[in-house]
Formats: sequence, structure tokens, C-alpha cells
Amino acid sequence: MTATPTVRAAARRPGRPPLKPAARKPRRRSAVLTVVTGVMLAYAILPLAWLFISASKTQEDLLATFGLWFGGEFALFDNIADTFTYQDGIFGRWVLNTVIYVVVGAGGATLLAALAGYGLAKFDFRGRRAVFAVVLGGIAVPPTALAVPTFLLFAKMGLTDTPWAVIIPSLVSPFGLYLMWTYSTEAVPNEILESARCDGAGEFRIFFKLALPLLAPGLVTVLLFNLVAAWNNFFMPLIMLKNADLYPLTLGLYSWNRQANTVGGDVVFDLVITGSLLTIIPLTVAFLMLQRYWQQGLAAGSVKQ
Amino acid sequence: MTRRSWIGWQFTAPFLALFTLVFLAPIAYSAYLSVFRTRLVGGTTFVGLENYTKALSDPQFWESITRVVLFLLIQVPIMLGLALLVALAIDSGRLYGAGFFRVAIFLPYAVPSVVATLMAGFLYGIRFGLVGSINEALGLNLPDPLAPGWILATIGNIVTWEYVGYNMLILYSGLKVIDASLYEAAAIDGAGELRIIRAIKLPALRGPLVVATIFSIVGSFQLFNEPQVLDSLAPNSITTYFTPNIYAYQLSFAGQQINYSATVALLMGVATMVVAYLFQLRAMRGEAR
Repeated sequence: MTATPTVRAAARRPGRPPLKPAARKPRRRSAVLTVVTGVMLAYAILPLAWLFISASKTQEDLLATFGLWFGGEFALFDNIADTFTYQDGIFGRWVLNTVIYVVVGAGGATLLAALAGYGLAKFDFRGRRAVFAVVLGGIAVPPTALAVPTFLLFAKMGLTDTPWAVIIPSLVSPFGLYLMWTYSTEAVPNEILESARCDGAGEFRIFFKLALPLLAPGLVTVLLFNLVAAWNNFFMPLIMLKNADLYPLTLGLYSWNRQANTVGGDVVFDLVITGSLLTIIPLTVAFLMLQRYWQQGLAAGSVKQ
Repeated sequence: MTRRSWIGWQFTAPFLALFTLVFLAPIAYSAYLSVFRTRLVGGTTFVGLENYTKALSDPQFWESITRVVLFLLIQVPIMLGLALLVALAIDSGRLYGAGFFRVAIFLPYAVPSVVATLMAGFLYGIRFGLVGSINEALGLNLPDPLAPGWILATIGNIVTWEYVGYNMLILYSGLKVIDASLYEAAAIDGAGELRIIRAIKLPALRGPLVVATIFSIVGSFQLFNEPQVLDSLAPNSITTYFTPNIYAYQLSFAGQQINYSATVALLMGVATMVVAYLFQLRAMRGEAR
């Protein structure tokens, strides 16, 4: 229990200036360094610009005009309408599925990690060390390595080709538990818990009323990690789902692209591109709005080993 | 104490139940499957370690491993090197619009790997991709990034694009929590920017770099999404044993060799854990020195 992340300990040291480098004198800005780093910026941004530009083109322009500039006609809204009406509007169904998988999967994973992390941090019970060792080992087990065995097991249990096959695996986040355990150790003082117990409050009431608000920054971080994982989930749905009505967006776009590359298949590259643009918008917006939390979360994650 | 004990289990039990279902049970089940062989004629028979000896002398399995190791040795240093340079540049306080740089370079992380790979497939496509456009406009004959000889480099490029910003932010967060008094001391000693980077910043980044490297090792060994999505765009370049994960997937879903597939998945899972663990040990020993 002594492995408190040194970064957070340093951040909380009294008398230390806030995280803004206020103590450092303002530096002379360098145009050269800005331009050099700008190359990296272009590398990161250009494909996204290409995606937006391409989503605004008709299928003919897509094939005929230069990739990094707009075509003759601005067809973005037509393309969006086409994307949502193609194949009886299955794209909307995929959006809905993705939202369900993300909300239930990432939300549930965060709650379970918080409960377990808090439980491990605040209660001394028989077998606690064993639990902790097993779960920490779980961090090193890559989920993709387990995917095929999980499929075989779920097939035996009759869970494949149901939403549960996607949701259940995403409910477990060993790394999330680790972060919540760290946060609980630091952010929830034992004195508060003791006094609440003296007042006769039940342990779960204490957790939801007292501890959860104190854990909020950690919760947001773990939620964001789980959110990205659930939003990007592809391997699990690919092997678990046959019914296209259950697909998340990633698998749906993949199936459209595959179909377009099959001989005799319906060529819908414009829909794949527009669908891709629509897929990345929600998470991009969430990132831009929550970037401050991301940074704090990553700082807490980059603990000294 | 006994009451406490019971309560602690109550908090931990829901997580543990699901952890057992999606971590421990599949591992146990694939270990079980790996000692059997199923044939259309003759049914399922116990074969002991035969699947393991088969895997260890399977040239396709070794080729897939060699490929991800090559990928790991080249792509990860490039990606982390770029991430380090950008993190240091943003942290130096000498950039115009540093906040914009930080957010914009991080953005590709919001793009699912399937979408990133689809984009790359279009961008690099000879038909209507940028490479095609450039070749046509300038009369050049640039190599096809989706050709067999280039496909691994192209995947490296996609993965670098996806994760360079994420790693940059991990390293940047590590730089942000350096105690400011260290910089003051260095300034009094007359240390220049490069000296500060070498003596203060890089040592402080050791922990975050170890974390980033371990995640990258795991990611490389488990490479699946990018080659799988590229397969429909460049069917001649992606083999059924391109990476160990693709191999396990193909064995199971195209080849119906479930027992052998479970063996391959288990071996790769263990190999990933061992390599990640050994790297961490080595990194820690270096720190203690």
C-alpha cells in the first residue's frame, strides 16, 4: 500500500506553485521550433482534413479530384443523408448500438472498478493480497489475446451474437481498478469514514454519499479510458457478432468497406468515408471539452514504477 | 474485523465475478482446449503437449512472431522518439500556440483504429488516394504503400499516427510535474536548455517512458485491427498468418482448428506478459543503479 504515485504526491506538496509553470520566467518564443513542430502537427491533422474534404465530395469527384481540395460540388449534407438512409437506415442502428455498448460497458466498468478499488483500499479482509496480485497480473494480459478463448467459452454458454457478448468483456478494467485503488487511498481520508460509521451510516451509503464525490477526478479519468476502449472496440464485436443489426459503428463501417471491395458488391466508398467522419466527431468533441481531465488522468497514470 | 472482512468482499465481488468470467475462465478454457485435437473423423482426442510442439515448429507461427518483433523494434522507437521530441518542444515554453499543438497532435487518438486504417487505405490507394494523385500530377512513380513490400511500413505509419499524440501527452504530463525549484537551481548554475533536458527532464521521464513502452510492446504483439482492415483493401499483402493474432483468428474462424488456435492465443498471451515483465525488470534495475 505504499506505492503511492510520486507524481501526485509531488503535485500536492504544500507551498508548491500550481501546475502552470508560473515559477518559470516567460521564455522567448522560437519561430524555428514552432515551424519544426508544425511538421508533426501537419502529420497529425492532414488525414483528418482529408477525411472532412472527402466526405464533402460526390462519389465521382472522390475518384476524379485532388484529395486535399474540395470537389466541384459540396455534397456533405447529401452524403450524410445517404449514409443514414442506406440499407433501411442501418447506420442509425449502429450509432444506437455503439451508444448502448459505450454507456453500459464503459459506465459499468467504471462503477465496478470504483467499488472494487475502494474495497481494496479501505477494507482489510482475508484474501485481499491475493485478489490484488491476480488483478494486477490482469493488467499485463492483453484483452485481444483472450478474445478467441472468450469467444469459444461464450459460444458454449450461448452468449455469442447477443449484445452481452460485447458488453460483458468491456465491463472489466483491471487498469481502471488499479487507478481507483490509488485514488481511493489518497483522496478518501479514513477519518471521514470513521465518523460516518459512528453516526451509524451503512458502508454502501458511505461509499455513494461520501466517497464517490471525493473520487470524482479519478472516476472521470477511468471513465474516459473506458470510453475510448468501448468506442473503438472492434475485435470482440468482429468475432462475437453475426447479426448486422447488433454491430457497433466500427464493425459496420468495416462491413461496408468489405462489401465495396467484393466483386459485384455495392460500391459505397462515399458512405464509408462519410460514416467515418460521423464516427470520429463525438469522441473528438468529448476530447476537446474534457482535455483538462485527460491530462490530469494521464499524469496520475504515469506513476513511477 | 469479521464484519469488515465481509464488507470488503462485497465491494470487490462484482468485479471479481466478471474478472473470473472474462479473464480467468478463458485462460483456463484455452489451456484445456490446447491439450486436445478435434478431427472430423475420430472426434476429440487428448494429445498432451502436441499442439505446443506443433506451434514451436510451425514456420507460419514463427514468421508472424518475427514480423511483430520487427515491427516492435522499428515502429516503437520512432513513435516514442517523435512523442518525446514534441513533448519537450511543447514543454520548452518556446512554441507559439503550444496549447493548440498539444490538443491537435493528440486528436488522432480519438479516431478508432478501424477508421484510421480505412482512411489510410483510401489515402494510400493508387486508385484515388493521395499517392495516386501525386503520381498523376507530377508524373512520378511512387511505390504502392499497400504492396507486399511496403505494407508493414504502412501499418507502422498508421499506428504511429494513432498513438504518437497519446504518448506525447503521457510524457508531457511527466514533464509538467517536475518540481520547478529544480529549474531555478539549474538556472542559477547557468545550465542551458539542452543541459536541463539531459540532467533534469530525461531522468524524470524514465517512469512515463517505461509505461509507454510496455503499452507499446503489448500493442505490437497483439497487432490485429490494422492488418485485418487492410486485408480487404490489399488482399495480396496480408497473409492469414500476418501477425500471431491474425493467425489465431484465422485458425479459429476460417480453419476450424479451434484447439490449435487456442494454443497459439495462449502462447502469445504468455509471451506478451513475459516480454513486458522482463522489460519492466530491466528498466527498474537501470533506475536503481
